Amino acid sequence: MRDSTEAVAPAVEIGVVVDRIYRNESRRIFATLIRLLGDFDVAEEALHEAFRAALEHWPRDGVPANPRAWLVSTGRFKAIDGIRRRSRFDSLEDRVDEVEAIVDESIDFDGEGIADDRLRLIFTCCHPALAADAQVALTLREVCGLTTEAIAQAFLAAPPTLAQRIVRAKAKIRDARIPYEVPEPNELPARLDSVLRVIYLVFNEGYSASSGSDLLRVDLSSEAIRLGRLLVALLPDPEATGLLALMLLQESRRAARVSPQGEIVLLDDQDRTQWDGALIGEGTALVQHALASRRFGPYTLQAAIAAVHANAKRSVDTDWSEIVGIYDVLLRIEASPIVELNRAVAVAMRDGPRAALALIDAILARGELRDYHLAHAARADMHRRLGDAAQARAAYDRAIALARQEPERRFLERRRAQVASGDAAD
Amino acid sequence: MQYLLLCCFNEERWHKIPEAERERIMREYGAFQASLAASGRYVAGAKLGSTQSATTLREHAGKPVITDGPFAETKEQLGGYHLIDCKDLDEALAIARRIPTLAAGGAVEVRPVEFGHPA
Repeated sequence: MRDSTEAVAPAVEIGVVVDRIYRNESRRIFATLIRLLGDFDVAEEALHEAFRAALEHWPRDGVPANPRAWLVSTGRFKAIDGIRRRSRFDSLEDRVDEVEAIVDESIDFDGEGIADDRLRLIFTCCHPALAADAQVALTLREVCGLTTEAIAQAFLAAPPTLAQRIVRAKAKIRDARIPYEVPEPNELPARLDSVLRVIYLVFNEGYSASSGSDLLRVDLSSEAIRLGRLLVALLPDPEATGLLALMLLQESRRAARVSPQGEIVLLDDQDRTQWDGALIGEGTALVQHALASRRFGPYTLQAAIAAVHANAKRSVDTDWSEIVGIYDVLLRIEASPIVELNRAVAVAMRDGPRAALALIDAILARGELRDYHLAHAARADMHRRLGDAAQARAAYDRAIALARQEPERRFLERRRAQVASGDAAD
Repeated sequence: MQYLLLCCFNEERWHKIPEAERERIMREYGAFQASLAASGRYVAGAKLGSTQSATTLREHAGKPVITDGPFAETKEQLGGYHLIDCKDLDEALAIARRIPTLAAGGAVEVRPVEFGHPA
């Protein structure tokens, strides 16, 4: 009789199991190893040693009942062995101290509330003593396990630049001794802003991959939502609540957002019966809770806009005046050309395309969004609705040239073809 | 781990502060210094003379070049330092946060000490 369904399986099958565990658990294991070993690079090496050991031992001994605990404990012992081996050559006193410090540490496998290692890792990666761009890069690399290439693409930066940014940030954590801790309650609010920003970026990385043909990355979005939930439990801050609401409301549309053929479906055209009612209910309740606090910020307001959409039974039921009104408040708190662009699209729904086109042209004239494909796509759409096919096609061409995501490019090409075939106004 | 807190302030601005206000800041400084010493975190510290009294030494073609003034013309000048012993950066930042010149527009640079030499 087998003690586990996956025990004593052929090596090939074990390889699949290990792969799956690596995908789902490696960052959590890594976060715990950093706490136990006190160093990012030592933990990274220990993580790989642990997975190598799993590939070696599991085909013979079977998959342990708690693979994560096995991997943490194996990684920790591999690291201690490594330090001991090196200390034999170095015979340095502090090497021995280092080992003692690690061995003394009691292992906490289940992050209870505040002790979640990934939250600890996030607060360290988002420490204000690190440059803002390094915080995001480091979190995506270390917490989410994204490749340097993927992060570089998201930031429109060259991979070597990104890699250097991450190396520098890790060096500063080590040299300036940035603690691996969730901040004290009185410091938490000040440290929260960058954490929220990073979590939302992670969510977006999962919700719409920044480039390539793979439009949705489920794991990263659920990861961001999990972190968002944990954060709200840890710190009942209105903006943390607002961010969680925003992510849940966006997540609620996931199934309807992409066609079975992998094509983008616009909000207007989505099959609303596919929207997840439970997520909408939870998200809407959270928005109301955050708004009632009167201490909300941009995330809560964006969630409020998402809630207006989510609670419209049909596209034509959308309360566009309400949405434009929320955008006005949002712009007062946080002026941004992208928010202005989104507001212009809402104005088009309320007042018609001509009013919106004037706003979009004014935003583009200022130059910040000149290379932003969605600004040109919105402009094209206004021209299309006004029946100006030539202008619409020209704007679609510009948007297509700037789009980096394959499904977005295909979507824009379809829209352009509709204009070309004379199906201009709607 | 030791951290050096470099207390920087715009000297010109400092001299424009009314005397009573400057005295109050210096009294707060005394209290800060006393509590720091009592906490056991204090290693060393000093208030420096103004940058007008500074002399900078460089070497050019093997010869010393002596110039009047600080090493760099900056908006803020180094006015004093505290050497402290802390468990991590957060603790050092929490101590730095209590430096009284911050509220009057000063800046504090927090630098880890790589290694030191005993006296």
